Amino acid sequence: MDMKVSYRQPPLPEQAVLDDEDQDLITLIQTGLPISKTPYADIAESLGMKEGDVILRLKRLIDDKVIKRFGVVVRHHELGYRSNAMVVWDIPDEMISELGSCMGQFDFVTLCYRRPRRLPEWSYNLFTMIHGQDRDDVLENIQLLVESCALEKINHQALFSTRRFKQRGAIYRK
Amino acid sequence: MPLMSNTNAELNDLDLARPCDLDKHLLNDFQYGFPLESRPFKAIAEKLATTEEVVIDRFKVLQEQGVVSRVGAVFRANSIGASTLAAMSVPEHQLEETAEMVSSYSEVNHNYQRDHHFNLWFVVTACDERALNAVLDEIEERSDLPVMYLPMQEDFHIDLGFDLKWT
Repeated sequence: MDMKVSYRQPPLPEQAVLDDEDQDLITLIQTGLPISKTPYADIAESLGMKEGDVILRLKRLIDDKVIKRFGVVVRHHELGYRSNAMVVWDIPDEMISELGSCMGQFDFVTLCYRRPRRLPEWSYNLFTMIHGQDRDDVLENIQLLVESCALEKINHQALFSTRRFKQRGAIYRK
Repeated sequence: MPLMSNTNAELNDLDLARPCDLDKHLLNDFQYGFPLESRPFKAIAEKLATTEEVVIDRFKVLQEQGVVSRVGAVFRANSIGASTLAAMSVPEHQLEETAEMVSSYSEVNHNYQRDHHFNLWFVVTACDERALNAVLDEIEERSDLPVMYLPMQEDFHIDLGFDLKWT
């Protein structure tokens, strides 16, 4: 089976042009802010920038949606949300925007991505990550999604995680 | 009093399922809209009627315990660098070894076993597409198994954090 295909990354939003200083800032904060009294000043100091510039750049990256969310990133598992399923859906292409947007608004859905099918091995094109305190909780959430977004006729499969080998924030640049 | 006042990173399941009130607020209320001002932890402390020192101390403890992964940015997928979800179908007797090999890459940030014919699922992130493909090629070569990769094409998720709904 030939699953290796080349692909293009989706383009950045037009307004989000990253200059070198943005790149340096992103590299430095990708593993989190320092937990100190003046985290932005600390970052500014190591980049040779001003604190105000760091804050302004972060605000711009948030406005441009390069940063999706800025705040406390928790680990669900450690907080008692011990079960998660990657629930995958085989959605007709013409319906994917509508149904994807419907599913993406629920807070127990922490990821909602369109991805390519890899036929014949893999026919699912929408991927959601669904968390719950246990397996039943996750299944209830899936049922709620099915009812709320009218997914009764859409094929789906829930892939529960049975073991976590590794989990941490992404490191884009070293 | 906080339930978890020492800095020992050993996890206690019961404690973590019932954090103290201050920790609940720290974990739940600042998942987005974290203060972008000179003294962000002071701003948080004022909202929660406590001191900057206590807030900083609690965040350090929560981070050390692994409850908080980090305080900072969640980047839009593929805004910077290149990344993909990848899956492999690994024979059971080879799973442990393969998973360990995959996890050993600093480019791999999530790696889970899932109950499916494709039983190993991981996310690879690198500075560009070339570096990303190099890692995937190497994983294929070392495991002698094909890697199915599934890059994100569109993101439908509105990330407003995760309401922890403590009762």
